[in-house]
Amino acid sequence: MSALAFFIDPSRCIGCRACERACAECETHRGVSMIHVDFFDRRESIASAPTVCMHCEDPTCAEVCPADAIKQNEDGIVQSSLKPRCVACSNCVLACPFGVPKMIVPMEQMMKCDMCYDRTSAGKRPMCATVCPSQALAFVSPEEIARDRREQPVNVFHFGNQEVVTKVHLMLPLARTALEIDVADQIWEEMP
Amino acid sequence: MSRPPSSPSELAHAFGPHLASAPPGGWHGPSRGMTDRLVKTHCCFCGQQCGIQLKVQDDKVVGFEPWEEFPFNRGKLCPKGVARYLQGNHQDRLLDPLLRTDSGFRKASWADALDLTARRIKDIQERHGKDAVAVYGGASLTTEKAYLVGKFARVAVGTRHIDYNGRLCMVSAGTAYKMTFGVDRSPNPWADIPKAQVLLVCGANIGECAPITTDYVWRCRDAGGKLIVADPRMTPITRNADLYLPVRPGTDDILLMGLLHVVLRDGLQDRAFIDAHTTGFDAVAASVQPYDPRTAAAITGVRPESIEQAARWFGEADRAIAMHARGIEHQSKGVENCLALINLTIACGHIGREGAGCLMITGQGNGQGGREHGQKCDQLPGQRSISDVEGRKHVAKVWRVQPEEIPPAGYSAVEIMEAIHRGEIKGLFSLCFNPLVSLPDSEFTRQALEKLEFFAVIDFFLSETAHHADVVLPGSLQEEDEGVVCSTEGRVLHVQQAVNPPANARQDWRILCDVAQRLGQTDRFAYQSSAEIFDELREASRGGVADYFGITYEKIDREMGVFWPCPTADHPGTPRLFEGGKFFHPDGKAHLSVVEHRESGDPISDDFPVFLTTGRVVSQYLSGTQTRRIGPLVDQYPAPRMEIHPRLAAQHQIADGDWVTITTRRGALTFPAMVVKTIRPDTVFVPYHWPGNRSINRLTHRTIDPRSKIPEFKVSACRLEKAAGPPASEREGKPVRLPIVDGQRGNASGGPR
Repeated sequence: MSALAFFIDPSRCIGCRACERACAECETHRGVSMIHVDFFDRRESIASAPTVCMHCEDPTCAEVCPADAIKQNEDGIVQSSLKPRCVACSNCVLACPFGVPKMIVPMEQMMKCDMCYDRTSAGKRPMCATVCPSQALAFVSPEEIARDRREQPVNVFHFGNQEVVTKVHLMLPLARTALEIDVADQIWEEMP
Repeated sequence: MSRPPSSPSELAHAFGPHLASAPPGGWHGPSRGMTDRLVKTHCCFCGQQCGIQLKVQDDKVVGFEPWEEFPFNRGKLCPKGVARYLQGNHQDRLLDPLLRTDSGFRKASWADALDLTARRIKDIQERHGKDAVAVYGGASLTTEKAYLVGKFARVAVGTRHIDYNGRLCMVSAGTAYKMTFGVDRSPNPWADIPKAQVLLVCGANIGECAPITTDYVWRCRDAGGKLIVADPRMTPITRNADLYLPVRPGTDDILLMGLLHVVLRDGLQDRAFIDAHTTGFDAVAASVQPYDPRTAAAITGVRPESIEQAARWFGEADRAIAMHARGIEHQSKGVENCLALINLTIACGHIGREGAGCLMITGQGNGQGGREHGQKCDQLPGQRSISDVEGRKHVAKVWRVQPEEIPPAGYSAVEIMEAIHRGEIKGLFSLCFNPLVSLPDSEFTRQALEKLEFFAVIDFFLSETAHHADVVLPGSLQEEDEGVVCSTEGRVLHVQQAVNPPANARQDWRILCDVAQRLGQTDRFAYQSSAEIFDELREASRGGVADYFGITYEKIDREMGVFWPCPTADHPGTPRLFEGGKFFHPDGKAHLSVVEHRESGDPISDDFPVFLTTGRVVSQYLSGTQTRRIGPLVDQYPAPRMEIHPRLAAQHQIADGDWVTITTRRGALTFPAMVVKTIRPDTVFVPYHWPGNRSINRLTHRTIDPRSKIPEFKVSACRLEKAAGPPASEREGKPVRLPIVDGQRGNASGGPR
């Protein structure tokens, strides 16, 4: 178990896509990136953000899998689907609240970020977080992030009534302890 | 007449650019994942010179591994660094010398190619004089090669006319720093950036052109520092700027003088520092008097309150750093812009201390080292002026020639091309330079190249310029040779040889030596290794401003780089210059110069009412000779687009994705529009990495700064018209993508030649 943790700070992303290129170098999904960088609305803004698997404590992708093909290891890493079990139904792709799993059609298998298990299990840092030039992705100790950053790490997300706790942390401005995703969660309305 | 010997499509078929998108053997080949060794070296793409480990197997670079112990980038890389290994083992790689024939290039032996090169150079010089042949070098070469190019030109060819593509990069900054400080180097190590309380970034697209520096900028903000960004475009780092100054192209000097005006008006200057350590300040102070915030705002398009705010933050800080790059330097007043920035920095006393200074951000791989040791038209090794009598004596002794045998200063890069065009220069020997793509007004460049009586090129891929060559000599990639480079910090680094040049390709310095020997210079070019060239370079630089004498390969490896000046073996190097207010001029002072505003050499008018500015994207490097051959980098940004603000787009009924014809006083080209609110509404931007009908440099102009001789890439005047559709050249289809298979190199060296 690594003492280091994964932190994402979209506000630091410069949209360079070094993470995507580095991810594609992995020996398990050769040439294909499991993560992605989005420019949200390039007309309006230069803002961009990287997305990696958040590695949920109770992964929705695994819960909706009819073939029990998505496993979580003892470190809490949610892995790609098991090839012999995966039926390529894409339930996980549709259900993931973060939009992470990818159906690799030629392989008929869902693949996703496994936080570079080949590297982290050998004491190295994930490739994307190692190369990221702008601190948008970081794999460091919680003490280091607390010392160096002025944002705070958050790993609780409310999607409507679903609370998702993740292994990966998102850096948010101070005084935010959880991220409300839906505007509907933040308005006042009479319950029926 | 040096015309390309076959049609563009035939040349593209034989020489590319084809795209390499998978490592040698493919992603699923049997040897994938196997590595003989990791080589700790540096990335070849840009002046940051990030540490990287190249994976080598069977004498091929097959991948990379981050090098987290290297202090500058700590394992971090940009997409160019990640994908750089794909340039090795490339099907377009030149593997044999080529000679141009009526029907195309044909393979030749080294002996034939070298004999022909030397014979033609001598022939032209016998008929037209020594200076009828010019030499072009480049700032992606190792410092050993750059040094050797200078010596080759002056001793072996015997011409005055030697210059390099750094003329398109660092010369405005270099000239301004030499004028003011007496030395051409960023004064502070990058580790100082997080220590500043205020960062003022002027004309530097750090996020795309120096991505690793973003890490330093964000660390500064984490420590409470404020970020001010001045640029006509909101570049990626602007997303976290505390203050954004949307400066109108060509008015940076006025903006910076406006800041100094407020600093002086509000008494924020460091009078004690000014009095003790500078000359010329009073004249500078008087010169900024007219530029009150309202006046400066009217010229620059930056709000007066923003000018006030930026000046107060910068002036009130104990420690502030001003950073700049090509945005302010690529102008016909590039030197003035840099001087205005330096004047502001010094007036506030922000120099020679931790977290206080002005930093130029180097563009090319060896943009710093490549200009220190003699391939500039007016310099000798050690950053010595070529007109300095003592310097000439010293270098002549090292070169074992008489001082008077060293030619005087010659033409700069643009001036050489103009001299070729008017027939004064008739022969050209070039390496590491693709002027057909990178010089302004490329139709003029093409005409000039066609007039050459003889043109020889050292290249690893056949660049668009090399299409015009009579002789192409296959040289080496960065990872195929050993040598030093100097990073943007002034840190001298050791590039390791990871693999051997393939087939009959050879290391550039060996080629230069062979040509030199055929020109009659046997003893003075008898090196057996890069290390021997470095030892001579150390001696040649000794006692100069850029003194490398105390630097050795072993010392660099041991200390993860050595900052020059380093005059003796036991000297620790000099990470920070000007400590204690001691500058490099004989009087020890900083010499401030008055800046006078000038209009662009291509001013806007009723016919050409819109500013055109150019620059880079994160996934491409310079003229693209390498990066346009790397699949993932091409996928990321395949072809140039024109950035335009919605307000300007609406005036011409242009929607996102529409094709738009840009017309300047040079000509017209058509690009797809990218409608974004992140650019000034009076300006359009197009990146410059492509040839032919995608080459924005066909539209830029040849006006150069009178002192630095840098072209004005950042300010041209244009008009816009919505086009009916893409030009014919864009309808013909995409570049061919062929997989690279071991042992089958396509027809890179064969084909119908």
